[in-house]
Amino acid sequence: MDTVLEMRSITKQFPRVLANDQVDFDLRHGEIHALVGENGSGKSTLMNILYGLYQSDGGEIIVRGQKVDINEPRVAIDLKIGMVFQHFMLVEPLTVAENIVLGSELRKGPFLDTKRAIQEVEELSQKYGLRIDPKAKIADLSVGLQQRVEILKALYRGAEILILDEPTAVLTPQEVEDLFKVLRALRAQGTSIVFITHKIKEVLSLSDRVSVLRRGKKIGTKATSETNEQDLAEMMVGRVVLFNVEKKPAEPGEDVLYLDRLSVKDQFGQVKVKEVELGVRSGEVLGIAGVEGNGQSELVEAIAGLRKTAGGRVFLNGQDITDWSPLKIKEAGFGYVPEDRHRRGLVLDYSVADNLILGFHGKKPHVRGGVWRDDKAIEENAEKLIEEYDIRPPVASQPARSLSGGNQQKIVVGREFTQDPSLLICAQPTRGVDVGAIEFIHKQVIAQRDRGAAVLLVSAELDEILSLSDRIAVMYNGQIVSVMSREEVTEHKLGFLMLGGRLEDYRAGEVNGHAE
Amino acid sequence: MGDILALLFNTAVFGAALRMATPLIFAALGGIFSERSGVVNIALEGMMLMGAFTAMFVSHQTGMPWLGVLGAILAGLLVGLLHAVFCIHYRANQVVVGTAINIFAGGLTVFLLRYYFGAAGTSPSVATIPDITIPLISQIPWIGRIIGRQNPLVYLALIAVVVAHIVIYRTSWGLRLRAVGEHPRAADTVGVNVFRMRYLAVALSGALAGLGGTYLSIAHLSRFSEGMTAGRGFIALAAVIFGKWTPYGALGACLFFGYADALQMRLQDIGIPTQFMNMLPYVLTMVALAGFIGKSVGPKASGQPYIKG
Repeated sequence: MDTVLEMRSITKQFPRVLANDQVDFDLRHGEIHALVGENGSGKSTLMNILYGLYQSDGGEIIVRGQKVDINEPRVAIDLKIGMVFQHFMLVEPLTVAENIVLGSELRKGPFLDTKRAIQEVEELSQKYGLRIDPKAKIADLSVGLQQRVEILKALYRGAEILILDEPTAVLTPQEVEDLFKVLRALRAQGTSIVFITHKIKEVLSLSDRVSVLRRGKKIGTKATSETNEQDLAEMMVGRVVLFNVEKKPAEPGEDVLYLDRLSVKDQFGQVKVKEVELGVRSGEVLGIAGVEGNGQSELVEAIAGLRKTAGGRVFLNGQDITDWSPLKIKEAGFGYVPEDRHRRGLVLDYSVADNLILGFHGKKPHVRGGVWRDDKAIEENAEKLIEEYDIRPPVASQPARSLSGGNQQKIVVGREFTQDPSLLICAQPTRGVDVGAIEFIHKQVIAQRDRGAAVLLVSAELDEILSLSDRIAVMYNGQIVSVMSREEVTEHKLGFLMLGGRLEDYRAGEVNGHAE
Repeated sequence: MGDILALLFNTAVFGAALRMATPLIFAALGGIFSERSGVVNIALEGMMLMGAFTAMFVSHQTGMPWLGVLGAILAGLLVGLLHAVFCIHYRANQVVVGTAINIFAGGLTVFLLRYYFGAAGTSPSVATIPDITIPLISQIPWIGRIIGRQNPLVYLALIAVVVAHIVIYRTSWGLRLRAVGEHPRAADTVGVNVFRMRYLAVALSGALAGLGGTYLSIAHLSRFSEGMTAGRGFIALAAVIFGKWTPYGALGACLFFGYADALQMRLQDIGIPTQFMNMLPYVLTMVALAGFIGKSVGPKASGQPYIKG
């Protein structure tokens, strides 16, 4: 196979970090090359250099045998390099077709040729099997479809080299499957693809080769068939990573959380949680599995007091806490790791130290005399938690924004867990978090369980549910379909129930042919 | 009661409304271009004032009012570039820069007026752009009496609205303009030069505001007087928001404000205080902003300097 792209000893120095340290990278014609590494390892930087958004401080880029100087995206586009960004580069009020042609507009005289643009987008979407309505406004599209527009944008410009920066981070499992199908089809048509991710499973299921970066350095490139999960994780983190959390059997006690026919509506007035009855006992992890959007978020927010209930009651340690204020619920012994840490978990522009007292900022010892901040106590608290929860870099005064996703999450986890709450809700606790941090957070969750906390875990990652939970509830269409002990559950069974299948049918053997 | 109705639908009032709206229309179009590119332009007031002064000055010096128009466009363009340099290149706070330009223009025009004409308050009378009669249209009953005979700048303003609409929604430049004001990085990643787009848009904004000022000093009146824009730049800004950043919307808002202005002069006769009518544009804008008349959402990146990389 021909090499279409070569990057040689690329170096990029940012004010405080060496983001790329003499990195070599190459891409062959018609392959999917996964570029992996923990957050902050320099993957995106390397690809931004290739796309002309950053200028490297050293090294050279060779595209199809020619040494090139890519100093702005225009040059990359002309070299038939396309990039799909993690945060979409789409203009929301414009239509799909307008977004796709932007910068390379089709004209009739001085005017836009909208008709031809729509027609070409339609042809393109047919050719690659990426169905889309060219006249739809971006703002009205789902995240998965928006990503499709991004891919079409690159293909419209004739991209033969396609870079995707963590494309699965924002997608639901079904959308991920769709994306993989598309990428395989593109590969079959001769597109060379760089796939940035930190999810090892994706690497193994999709890529032909894989390159690993760690702290700005290239660790190695391997054929995907010659490596495995353990091997890749070690390359990424630099030490042995345990995937299966070691835990002793649960010793559950009384119900700490009890939901009595709880119903919740979303902001549009639609009932998203229907009369859910559920108990979570002290000393156990109850995992809620389910495709996202089946009411998990609303359920959790109603318990946390962030959303009004529409019926039923919530009991915490026997006390009716229905529709209490979030602060009062917190004070009653509730710890919460929200699914969107940027919106609900952190104030990104506050320092790590201030983020570590959020929610407890009005309490002793952080406040003296009821009014004044006690900076010394806040600092001490920060130092203690930074040490305990291994938050890196260990600088209390840094804004939370400057930390990697994994370390941001450790701030939230540290803050909530250290209060020893009797009920702990962890919603998507490891979303956008790298392997090393996942392992750490999982250990902490189990430690909380062993301390006697009732843990309610909501996750879209089946692996996470399976490895942490003592009991598993499946949520579908606003209802808890069934609650099973960990031993009764297989991945296949969960998948069946999550998609709306009924337990009776499963037992009746309708799918027994596939059941393990 | 009949008197009031007759007054409300009086062709003379409508004609006056169109005239009062003209400077607002130019300035509002300027505001639209600037904000659509992502640069807040509260300096419209100052740009209009500079335009008004320059038009008078050139007309005074040359006796040719159309040269005055050209001069005003140029003056507005230069002030626009000044705004652009600070907002785009130096990434200064756009509201602060705009305010500074307004104060600066206020002071500079007074200084120049006194320096050249020695007179405080107003300039001498200068040659103006005469009204023209449109042959056929002036024959149409009722409508003819409103738009049949007006100043060429009034017609130009109406044409400018249509042209602006076409430019923004039908040309590739307009597509890029909208993209740059909404999501500059997205535009950058497909090879659109964000800085150049913004410089062009803000300069154009200044030129249009300057043109708006022209109407005040050498069409509506025949002289420049200190602070003669009297807040029209801000009303134009209100029209931009009220019209949801679209040329036709802004036209509607300007006509409405112009109508209120025209009516105000007549209503004094029947005892409604002028101050009340003067308040109207601002009250309406607040009502609009509060979301009573549909949501008015501006370009997302408006007010945010773009930093590359």
